[in-house]
Amino acid sequence: MNQYIEVVKALTPTQWAFYGLSVMALFGALGTIMSKNPIHSVIYLILTFFSLSAHYVMLNAQFLAAVNIIVYAGAIMVLFIFVIMFLNLREESTELNRNTVLIVATVLGSLLGLILISSLKKAEVQYLNPESFRSQTGMIETLGNVLYQDYLLPFELVSVLFLIAMAGAVMLGKREKGERNF
Amino acid sequence: MSEIPEVIKQIPLINYVLLATMLFIIGIVGVLIRRNAIIVFMSIELMLNAVNVLLIAFSAYRSDPHGQVFVFFIMAVAAAEVAVGLAIIVMIYRNIRTIDISLLDKLRG
Repeated sequence: MNQYIEVVKALTPTQWAFYGLSVMALFGALGTIMSKNPIHSVIYLILTFFSLSAHYVMLNAQFLAAVNIIVYAGAIMVLFIFVIMFLNLREESTELNRNTVLIVATVLGSLLGLILISSLKKAEVQYLNPESFRSQTGMIETLGNVLYQDYLLPFELVSVLFLIAMAGAVMLGKREKGERNF
Repeated sequence: MSEIPEVIKQIPLINYVLLATMLFIIGIVGVLIRRNAIIVFMSIELMLNAVNVLLIAFSAYRSDPHGQVFVFFIMAVAAAEVAVGLAIIVMIYRNIRTIDISLLDKLRG
């Protein structure tokens, strides 16, 4: 028991930040899939996204941290909340009472987790050379250079993808004559 | 000369791999146990974010910007996917007045 307390006492602020943010992210993820009310799920998911953004800031990926908050916690989650309120799902879901499905899913998930961890456990950067390490990797200047030089064609194709997605969403959401409506 | 961030010096890369794996597993379990289509969708977002964490961690530890550009593309594709997917969910709700995916068994032979 005492040795665990010693380990906890020896943690540096960076390690505290890492473990705290990881626990927050996992707590939010568990709350997302376990809560009965879909609105609570969305709020838990936003908690996860914010703690992941904090992870990105710690890893010196500031641009992606900002984009993560804007795109995920902002745009995508607003869409989710909008649809949930639009559909007006009053009844609470009861599917979490099915114990067999819960147990089988947990066993399958932990099996897959074991396989993934055992195959990835050798993942380690061999050594870090302070001479060649570039701490400005995640800044907008470096990423912009790479994005507009090496990945110019995919970047343009993404805009086409967005156009198609927008057209598809409008087409799917349109009411047609003869269709059963509200 | 640039400086290595504290987190890269003090936290081994395997911790980020474990975090991303656990997030991914939680996403998979969510897809398996829930029948509400919107929550299944959120679990898929969770899995996409787990992959993002892994890509950013490897990219930062190796100080290679290409991984972060891929994360940028993943976010763009996720946004397009959510727009179309939520439109499909709204259309399903209009037709059968529920979004319980266990009721969508018309294709069963």
